[in-house]
Amino acid sequence: MTTRIFGSGIRRREDPRLITGRASYTDDIKLPGTLHAAILRSPYAHANIKSVDATGAAGQPGVVAVYTGEDTDGVLNGLPCAWLIPGSDLKTPAHPAIAKDKVRYVGDAVAVVVAETRYQAEDALEHISVDYEPLDVVVSPKAAAQDGAPQLHEDVPNNIAFTWALAGGDTDAAFADAAVTVSDTITLPRLIANPMEPRSALAQWSAAMGELTLWNTTQNPHIARFVTCVVTSVPEHKIRVIAPEVGGGFGSKIPYYADEAITAFCSMKLGVPVKWTETRSENYLITTQGRDHIEEVEMAATSDGVITGLRTTVYAGMGGYLSTAAPGVPTILHGLMYSGPYNIPNISGTVYGVFNNGAPVDAYRGAGRPEATMLLERMVDLVAAAVGQDPAEVRRKNLIPKFENGHDVATGITYDSGDYESALDSCLSAAGYEALRAEQAQARADGRCVGVGVSSYVEICGLGPSQVAGAVGFQGGLWESAIIRFYPTGKANVMVGSSPHGQGEETTFAQIVAGELGVEVDDVEVIHGDTDNTPMGWGTYGSRTTAVSGAAIAVAARKIKEKSRALAAHLLEAAPEDIEYEDGRFYVRGSPDQHKTIQDIALMANVAWNMPEGMEPGLEASAFYDPPNFTYPFGAHIAVVEVDPETGRIDLQRYVAVDDCGVQINPMIVEGQVHGGVVQGVGPALWEGAVYDDDGQLVTGSMLDYALPRADLLPDIEVSSNTTPSPHHPLGVKGIGEAGTIASTPTVYNAVMDALRPLGVTRVDMPLTPEKVWRAINDARNGG
Amino acid sequence: MFPAQITYHRAGSVAEAVQLLSDNEGAKLLAGGHSLLPLMKLRLAAPAVLVDIGRIEALKGVSASGGGITIGALTTHAEIASSDLVQQHAPVLAEAAALVGDPAVRNRGTIGGSVSHADPASDQPTVLAALDATFNVTGPGGDRSIAAADFATGLLENALAENEVLTSISVPSVPSGAGSAYVKFPHPASRYAVVGAAAVLAVSGGACSSASVAVGGVETTPVRASSVEAALAGSDLSDAALDAAAAAVAGDLNGDAMGDVFASAEYRRAMAAVYVRRALGAAASRAG
Repeated sequence: MTTRIFGSGIRRREDPRLITGRASYTDDIKLPGTLHAAILRSPYAHANIKSVDATGAAGQPGVVAVYTGEDTDGVLNGLPCAWLIPGSDLKTPAHPAIAKDKVRYVGDAVAVVVAETRYQAEDALEHISVDYEPLDVVVSPKAAAQDGAPQLHEDVPNNIAFTWALAGGDTDAAFADAAVTVSDTITLPRLIANPMEPRSALAQWSAAMGELTLWNTTQNPHIARFVTCVVTSVPEHKIRVIAPEVGGGFGSKIPYYADEAITAFCSMKLGVPVKWTETRSENYLITTQGRDHIEEVEMAATSDGVITGLRTTVYAGMGGYLSTAAPGVPTILHGLMYSGPYNIPNISGTVYGVFNNGAPVDAYRGAGRPEATMLLERMVDLVAAAVGQDPAEVRRKNLIPKFENGHDVATGITYDSGDYESALDSCLSAAGYEALRAEQAQARADGRCVGVGVSSYVEICGLGPSQVAGAVGFQGGLWESAIIRFYPTGKANVMVGSSPHGQGEETTFAQIVAGELGVEVDDVEVIHGDTDNTPMGWGTYGSRTTAVSGAAIAVAARKIKEKSRALAAHLLEAAPEDIEYEDGRFYVRGSPDQHKTIQDIALMANVAWNMPEGMEPGLEASAFYDPPNFTYPFGAHIAVVEVDPETGRIDLQRYVAVDDCGVQINPMIVEGQVHGGVVQGVGPALWEGAVYDDDGQLVTGSMLDYALPRADLLPDIEVSSNTTPSPHHPLGVKGIGEAGTIASTPTVYNAVMDALRPLGVTRVDMPLTPEKVWRAINDARNGG
Repeated sequence: MFPAQITYHRAGSVAEAVQLLSDNEGAKLLAGGHSLLPLMKLRLAAPAVLVDIGRIEALKGVSASGGGITIGALTTHAEIASSDLVQQHAPVLAEAAALVGDPAVRNRGTIGGSVSHADPASDQPTVLAALDATFNVTGPGGDRSIAAADFATGLLENALAENEVLTSISVPSVPSGAGSAYVKFPHPASRYAVVGAAAVLAVSGGACSSASVAVGGVETTPVRASSVEAALAGSDLSDAALDAAAAAVAGDLNGDAMGDVFASAEYRRAMAAVYVRRALGAAASRAG
């Protein structure tokens, strides 16, 4: 890197428009003649639809059309599941956009009203009568998998959508020989992603052109186009998907939803633009949720705390239908990470993906890795307690030693680079761990309930090699592409297929170009989100955008640099091998005054008055980057909590994060990602959880009941980092979008359990709400 | 998020508001809108007519009156939290006002709207019960007063007739030298009180000369803790005395505590004793 810009914590360029409210989101797009859709949703979690009578709605003021499943059946294809895990006996039952015969969760679409205003459409919904025959409901994914449980789909016995097994080493022998075994059942609650912007779709069908334009809140417009083609049968090249400003996603805007299919259907039927925007209440009911794991876990170790084996059985709730990427989350992104940062020679796991009567579950920040890290870190703490050693030291003795270029683990994957012990040491030092333990001992002597939690983690991101994607059943590639185009004035556009929606890549991508070519950040505009003016790409999720799309930009920039060097040589009448490059200038070796700037080159390439023999005009390059491996960021986190034993309330007092995401392009953005990630992981440890009652009704259906993390409940987050470059990445970067979420849930959970240990409390289900903690304390006092 | 159709009237005076209420059956008063509008957006409430009293100046502000203060029904939580008069005469009301919701709620939400909504998890009804406040009401037949203890009649139900308007709340000054406190266990999401406890303790010659204590969030209306008050009367307010008094709150709870997914009835009852104890401790430390 040759300039200061790359690696510098400059302010995010996108923020002024975002924080002053001048950004334009899907719902802000106003097309003349737009009609508005409202969708009637099932109030039952599980019911047969005996009849739908929409005639009452049709005559209501402003109503233009009412459609039911009878209308869409055979016109819209079912919503596809796009991660077909091989060897898992995967069932993909039909998922119609509008339910015709049966509903499987509260919120399942039953009819749509299109009216001149949204208010009229909402009013008219009350005039549709649906005759439901309620059926038995099952909410728990483990209960749903048992014999005799209510069956959601006829052709899916025991509601088991897939069974995925993992085996490395000889786990049975490891447990048979183990001096120490520990076990626990870990419940990861369903989580609601809560992006600031709810989902929205605006569809404009042009019958004259045979073209469909879809403005949509998506993290991956090119995938949205692909799936829109599958569902609507409009040819892919006749579909344009535009993700304008997208206000957060956290995974919930990866999937393709019934709502955009319904909106497109309405526009195609009526020949005018149709808009649908989710209410917050709908967001809670229908937008994909995260986690919903019941994990039965055992760990084997020596009497000295050396881990010898890990065995799991996991029930992963899928909700009423398989969402777009759902099967990959609790399998590939989860089980393959069971070794974590540790040497664990023997690992086996079985994951059941189970239909249950709730909103579909799909990727949510961390997607599979928080669920894996949680069970692993809980087990390591239990081993430490069982052998009577400090949890930090038990981690240390099991960490994989430092490696710079590849390390195989028992789950069959190869980590790229790691220095886990340095991360742990940095975190222990930053937290003042020894002093913390001394303070804790004093606090305990004073009758206070103070706990310290430690976790180490490694995660898999930068998804990923397309060949691996194919091998694990992902119905797409995972490469990215970029085009860099210089204009005569020396300014450049960077067009990418990924689709940032809050992560700051309009800034970091410009920093990559600035670093590679010596231009000003402000001379680079990053264009994304529109399938008509960006090259193909697979989208923004899995902490892959900077890692994969950023690599494509770097490779394209290096192509620009080589062409510029050749053109500079020609213009300076020197041999290309005599041209040196420094800070945006190409000069003849030994004669720095004889130079051409990148801006000079851009002008001369564009006017093309004097090109070398055989060189094409223009200064533009594109690159398709398919990563050779995933990237594996890692780190160690520590939390300090105090529990009020009278009430069960928990005060999170300190949080210390040390993360190693490889080379950092913008440390301020990295820090921001860690802050947000940590908070989103603390949520389910202490507060968050979508609760369905036995009838499948969402009890936590609004922000009055669903406890999102809030600033006044959190301490300052103490962030620092180490740098272990990825050996295979052109810039050495790994990814940081999810690290905090992956680490913080077990860190805080372990801290609370550490605080409660002297009281005899050994387990409490997440989230650790005050009443649950209070009951656990009382139960322990009363003899368990 | 899309309320049903409504007809909106803006009342210029209390008399006009009473007339509009009388003329439109089922009409609802709109003040700060922080309780009613969310329900309407969820279509859990769908009044055909709204009578907006939010611009009636006569209903705003705090004034000294007799042995206390009078607080206009439209006075916002933020105004109460920062009022010198409230601080002088009933500081616990300011303490509680500062704990209501968040800044946006405190800047828009009014004390009259809050108490009329009669949500038992609200803060101010509990404090007003402990302060022996009086609610002043105007209806077609003229004015009347309702004791704080009688105002809330059930969950989200109050003693107002359909065409009555709550105009102000009279709050007597706390006794000279009294210590008071409101402590709250806020729901992590809504910030409403899972349990809130208010206490006013006066001390004379080292002994408790008067005590008033109320608990909110546990039952459908605020509970005046007379057993706790009786236990405190004449006591030395030592830790042991406060422990014993707080435990007596169990006798004031009539058994039909509310429960939800966050906090069961059993837990709320247990927390009532904990938070009463904490309120007593804080009030005692401020007394004298």
